[in-house]
Amino acid sequence: MAEPTLVDIHTGVDAVFRAEAGRILATLIRLLGDFDPAEDAMHDAFSAALQRWPAEGVPANPRAWLVSTARFKAIDAIRRRARFEAAQADIADTLHGVEPVAAAGDDELPDDRLKLIFTCCHPALAPEARAALTLREVCGLTTEEIARAFLTTVPTIAQRIVRAKAKIRDERLPYQVPAGPELPERLGAVLAVVYLLFNEGYSASSGPSLTRADLSAEAIRLGRVLLELLPEPEVVGLVALMLLHESRRAARISAGGELVLLEQQDRSAWNHTFIREGIALVERALATRRFGPYTLQAAIAAVHAGAGTPEATDWRQICALYAALLAMSPSPVIELNRAAAVAMHEGPAAGLALIDAIVARGELRDYHLVHSARADLLRRLGRREEARAAYTQANALVKSAPENAFIEKRLRELG
Amino acid sequence: MKYICLGYADPTLFASASEAEMNSMMDSCFVYDDQLRANGHFKGGEALQPPNTAMTLRYTNGKVVATDGPFAETKEQLGGIMILEARDLNHAVELISKHPGTKFGPWEIRPAADLGEMMQQSEARRHKGGKPRG
Repeated sequence: MAEPTLVDIHTGVDAVFRAEAGRILATLIRLLGDFDPAEDAMHDAFSAALQRWPAEGVPANPRAWLVSTARFKAIDAIRRRARFEAAQADIADTLHGVEPVAAAGDDELPDDRLKLIFTCCHPALAPEARAALTLREVCGLTTEEIARAFLTTVPTIAQRIVRAKAKIRDERLPYQVPAGPELPERLGAVLAVVYLLFNEGYSASSGPSLTRADLSAEAIRLGRVLLELLPEPEVVGLVALMLLHESRRAARISAGGELVLLEQQDRSAWNHTFIREGIALVERALATRRFGPYTLQAAIAAVHAGAGTPEATDWRQICALYAALLAMSPSPVIELNRAAAVAMHEGPAAGLALIDAIVARGELRDYHLVHSARADLLRRLGRREEARAAYTQANALVKSAPENAFIEKRLRELG
Repeated sequence: MKYICLGYADPTLFASASEAEMNSMMDSCFVYDDQLRANGHFKGGEALQPPNTAMTLRYTNGKVVATDGPFAETKEQLGGIMILEARDLNHAVELISKHPGTKFGPWEIRPAADLGEMMQQSEARRHKGGKPRG
């Protein structure tokens, strides 16, 4: 066996960072009582790993090694500063008194990642900053990777993160899992960030590629961490929803890079491992009778996933689930989806009437899916000219290349 | 990842500081540099002598002309460069924002560009038609 090369060690340290940074940072924030020194100490510990692991070998428990090294680095940093600011000396002494991190069996330590997730998704932070901060602090992505994922510049993301961290520090945002009546609302903000990440990866809002699998994978990973730490029904429902959507990824895009609708997808290309897990989670969430909108959306996705052919789809059940979802969280987008389900169950005319009612209220007029859904129903009703006008409107509103190609193909088919 | 950090300073600030102030400023900088070094972040760097010691070479009308001083007359002049090893841009920002040198003037942080591929392409261009290598 060859000795691990320097490149292997670098790759290994990077993999440990991706897998463990969130957990290590969370523990250090608890030990040091402050966000910034904890992050410095963690980075210093990873630098030390790069320097020492090639010679000393990778420790048996890398996380425990990193936490303990980071703690000593933090004490060092305070000491060094204390040479100039003598008044600070007692802080280092206090820190030295902190209970030592067990070298082994650190799994007994409380998992602090949940606190970190709640801090990163705090409602006091700007919504776009919450996603960037969570990806960096909890998932261990670099600023550069986050910028690529959101198709924006690195300094823009860096600024968001700098501002968010300054806000956490200056406003002393609590580092804790909220309890009691505060929990559902705060959990809602956390789940919204996870779902935003997933959607950004599932259906990229702009750019040449229709999906960005890495972001969806991070969202699912984060969802699983939440599920492990806080198995509330809506967490279960959200993970189910993401798995069921993700199961269709390979079938959603044709070999030529075009969008393939659910009806035309090759169902044998769906990921049936994800589907089985997703359906089991939906059933678990529904059984609690405390479920919310994520669980209902997952239940709808589960009905689709359970149908071997498009014709076998239980549209009656899907219509009922949409009605329940609409009653729980009224939104014109959900109304639009319900209209599409009604069109399948009762015919295109019934669906079209529901969509026209939404548009008549003045809602969703600039939402391309309204126009493409209308166009599709008009086409099925044989109203060709109106269908053409609706597709043209949809095409003007779309910003993603594969979606444009899809609409243009439909326009050509109308003749 | 490597970041090149350019530290700017207003030279008149140094002229007006007392000796004790200067010493304290410099000491705090060196202490922080040592800390960066100890943690593997400081990959190299040099302080620069004042701008009036500089020569500028410029290609003008087909030949290289040497002039005194730096390119532009601005209040803040480049005082030193540092090659910093950091995980990402936010990590570099954190490390440099604690540098006492930020009190003297702005710092510019730029990721080092990897020209490896460009150099390979250039090499291929230069040896095209000539004797193939390797």
